[in-house]
Amino acid sequence: MNAIDAKKATGIGASVPRKEDFRFITGNGHYTDDICRPGQAYACFVRSPYAHATVDDIDFADALAAPGVILVLTGKDVAADGLGGLICGWLVHSKDGSPMKTGAHPVLALTHVRYVGDHVAVVIAETAAQARDAAELVDVSYGELASVTAVSGAQAPDAPQVHPEAPRNTCFEWELGDKAATEAAFNNAAKVVSLDIANNRLIPNAMEPRAAVGEYDKGTGVYTLYTTSQNPHVARLVLSAFVGVAPENKLRVIAPDVGGGFGSKIFIYSEETVCVWASKKVGRPVKWIADRSESFVSDAHGRDHQTHAELALDANGKMLGLRVKTKANLGAYLQLFSASVPTYLYATLLSGQYDLPAIYCEVDGVLTHTAPVDAYRGAGRPEATFVIERLVETAARELGEDPAEFRRKNFIRKFPHQTPVIMAYDVGDYEASLNEACRMIDYANFPQRRREAEARGMRRGIGFSAYIEACGIAPSAAVGSLGAGVGLWESAEVRVNPTGSVEVLTGAHSHGQGHETTFAQLVSDRLGIPIESVEIVHGDTDKVQFGMGTYGSRSGAVGMSAIQVALDKVIAKARKIAAHVLEAGEGDIVFENGHFTVAGTDRGLAFAELALQAYTGHKFPTSEIEPGLKETSFYDPTNFTFPAGTHIAEVEIDPGTGVVKVIKFVAVDDFGNIINPMIVEGQVHGGVAQGIGQALLENAVYDPDTGQLLSGSFMDYCMPRADDLPSFDVGVTVTAAPSNPLGLKGCGEAGAIGAPPAIINAITDALGVRDIAMPVTPERAWRAANGL
Amino acid sequence: MYQFEYHRPKTLDEVTALLARLESPKILAGGMTLLATMKQRLAAPSDLIDLQDVTGIAGISVDAKNVTIGAMTCHHDVASSKDVAKAIPALAYLAGRIGDPLVRHRGTIGGSIANNDPSADYPAACLGLGATIVTNSREIPADDYFRGMFETALKENEIIVKIVFPIPQGAAYQKFPNPASRYAMVGVFVAKTAAGVRVAVTGAGPGVFRMTAMETALAKNFSAAAIDGITAPVEEMLQDMHASSEYRAALTSVMAKRAVAGVSA
Repeated sequence: MNAIDAKKATGIGASVPRKEDFRFITGNGHYTDDICRPGQAYACFVRSPYAHATVDDIDFADALAAPGVILVLTGKDVAADGLGGLICGWLVHSKDGSPMKTGAHPVLALTHVRYVGDHVAVVIAETAAQARDAAELVDVSYGELASVTAVSGAQAPDAPQVHPEAPRNTCFEWELGDKAATEAAFNNAAKVVSLDIANNRLIPNAMEPRAAVGEYDKGTGVYTLYTTSQNPHVARLVLSAFVGVAPENKLRVIAPDVGGGFGSKIFIYSEETVCVWASKKVGRPVKWIADRSESFVSDAHGRDHQTHAELALDANGKMLGLRVKTKANLGAYLQLFSASVPTYLYATLLSGQYDLPAIYCEVDGVLTHTAPVDAYRGAGRPEATFVIERLVETAARELGEDPAEFRRKNFIRKFPHQTPVIMAYDVGDYEASLNEACRMIDYANFPQRRREAEARGMRRGIGFSAYIEACGIAPSAAVGSLGAGVGLWESAEVRVNPTGSVEVLTGAHSHGQGHETTFAQLVSDRLGIPIESVEIVHGDTDKVQFGMGTYGSRSGAVGMSAIQVALDKVIAKARKIAAHVLEAGEGDIVFENGHFTVAGTDRGLAFAELALQAYTGHKFPTSEIEPGLKETSFYDPTNFTFPAGTHIAEVEIDPGTGVVKVIKFVAVDDFGNIINPMIVEGQVHGGVAQGIGQALLENAVYDPDTGQLLSGSFMDYCMPRADDLPSFDVGVTVTAAPSNPLGLKGCGEAGAIGAPPAIINAITDALGVRDIAMPVTPERAWRAANGL
Repeated sequence: MYQFEYHRPKTLDEVTALLARLESPKILAGGMTLLATMKQRLAAPSDLIDLQDVTGIAGISVDAKNVTIGAMTCHHDVASSKDVAKAIPALAYLAGRIGDPLVRHRGTIGGSIANNDPSADYPAACLGLGATIVTNSREIPADDYFRGMFETALKENEIIVKIVFPIPQGAAYQKFPNPASRYAMVGVFVAKTAAGVRVAVTGAGPGVFRMTAMETALAKNFSAAAIDGITAPVEEMLQDMHASSEYRAALTSVMAKRAVAGVSA
């Protein structure tokens, strides 16, 4: 294969098979549980069986005397060592200007436990089984208190209080938008459509449970933490600067292969904190691997909103204004991004794809005696999309308009477009995605398919979802002004070896996204070298310069852009060296297909030859050009990116049983330019599966009286399986993002954002009902189908 | 999992001797329920007596009158048996819908009916076909064997050896799985036998039960229409986060009609 064909096969736009899959499917991945350090001990956490209780006494004498037990630690030990609590990295202010209110989040409980699964003590023993046996011997005297798990009722004056610092369990009462302008829009409206909407609580359930190994080196005083993290540098920063386990320069965090995150592994939890801290106390590495039951109760959950939303329309069905009041369940403690998810990641997207002149949104952040709620695939954007797309579909039906036509009438068509809720959409073509989705699902012939289904005794419906989201959340100054405690740029270092192979050190972290392939494609494409010559290094704070990690579909738009900028620097320097080596003017050097040539001559150097020249330094003045070939970029985008598209679902419902079958699901997305179409399609498949999971199957249920998690295992928490899903039809339209050099927008979350309203709109269409709650269990559909 | 001693006897006599001698032993068949319960630390037997090497209690035989299935026969073997598929296709169909492939290769018929989970599939087949449960000491008709949630007629240390299913004129099983666990939320087994029509329901109530009102109606007129409007009593149905008792009762009727249609077809 010549260089040009090789570039086509492995460059930008090629569906290159994933480089990482060989090690994964042959069992040669290295996950945290595969890391075994010499002399490692095992931690088991004693967790609260109560949703709310005082911790009156912890008697661990029997546990300490049990076989193999090395140490038992409680909140008193944490306090004695002066460790800080876990933090929220985003500060939100209430509409009266006051900062959000919440109590401390101790690493191990001190006086109270505030949800079932809250961390009370840790037992460290020679084996995992001994630690678990001994944990059962820790005798905790609890004083059980009344609890509240749902937002409804949690703000009542007499409701059980989660933290004394947050009266009425209200962390913040936040607002966004122009209240007066929105009131005026509603006063002038010819029609108002309103809905009460619940966005059901979800449990992430990554395939690999959370895990940590902490290790302390007595000689150097350096701690090493191996953990399931989406952002190891952020973990190091939080553990150093806020928790105070170790100075940043004395803590190395390694996130090896990680089996899925979906947001739940962004956050810094008690367990990894304890493993690091305890490793010095016991003088041995300390390992903890969550079992599935622990994952259910202690991973940060997602969603859980109650919303009242109203859409104002003029006499021609044009949207005039949107008014939204949301109560967001934050759980018992704020996690790392808890405050941002139901505020800036939510209300800023409420304009959807529509030209909406006025929007006003209020969000109450409500504390409850449940596991912390934080970012979960989509993080605020699925909740926003569900609100707007359910309202829009309902409005179209009540106006007797075709749902596609009604959307077309209200689409934003001129860019850039400033919405009333902060976002400035830079580019898009919403009608192109809608039209393509209609074509792919054969919308015109739907009535015929419905009649045919009715003849079989089935109810068939079709539902639209024209979603928009924001990815690549940056620029840093912008997120800082909204309350973020960090910048959201990304870094890359491109390290060319003397033989011409390349290592890219990225601050992004791959836990299923395929970075080792897509990032290598970019390098292969730009440098004209084989993809096999490119290694992507990530997930180790000792190797990689500071980085912000992977979440919010940011790794392409921000992470790859950083690589692109670093590659530009590498090429610029290489061009200077080539000019000396080839004894030509720099302006005459052409770099194409991996070769530096002097324009108009046959004199040239392959990239590998140039690399060797860079490292020998024999043929260029090292007083002017430093030897070596390695460049770094810390890249901050100029705007968010705005992936958008249309998803259409077609469902059939058996009125006898209420079973909902998704017959067809079309997703047409505008992700900007695409590096690897196969990986993008895979991301859409996974996201849509999770979106359908939320709409039909998944539901985190707490017992309202006891605060126990009723859906605490896969026996009761229904994850989507292959036979729950149709074969997805995925299409793309493209408007390149102007805010980054590669024109990428991000594709990781779109499926989970777009799918739920499409499914619910299809079900309500099939059943002829105005609304139905997620998840649409067979019983809910059966009741709706039979008017019960 | 707590510590326990593991035993692997070769004969039923050895099993009974161990049962008599040990402190709080449990018999291990496929372990699909027991091991999961032990891993959750919800069961702590002192000893496990694994039946997998015991001779004479596994395998399928079919004669003119009966299908006989050894207690240690796994679900996959029943589901894939050509002889069972020919004699009682509904039984092979039912076995093929228990759990997932891993469960079907480990889980056994004896383990299933000894446990008598109220949402297990096999109890519906046993009761629907009027099977006989043969133990190391006696023969128990299915009508006497199932005693409600996780309760059976088995005495302490009694071991199921085989289950004898009379071959019906026709039979069908319709299962409505719980979307999460895939256990039966409602499963209805309908059989037309020489002794009459039998309808057994699993998943819906606190244990498998017969629907005599349906049996009477079907005896007169074996058609789905004949049982239109007959449902199990709502007040006797289970209720949980997945389904109300009202919904389960309604499903007994829907699933029974579909099963009847399956027998006729």
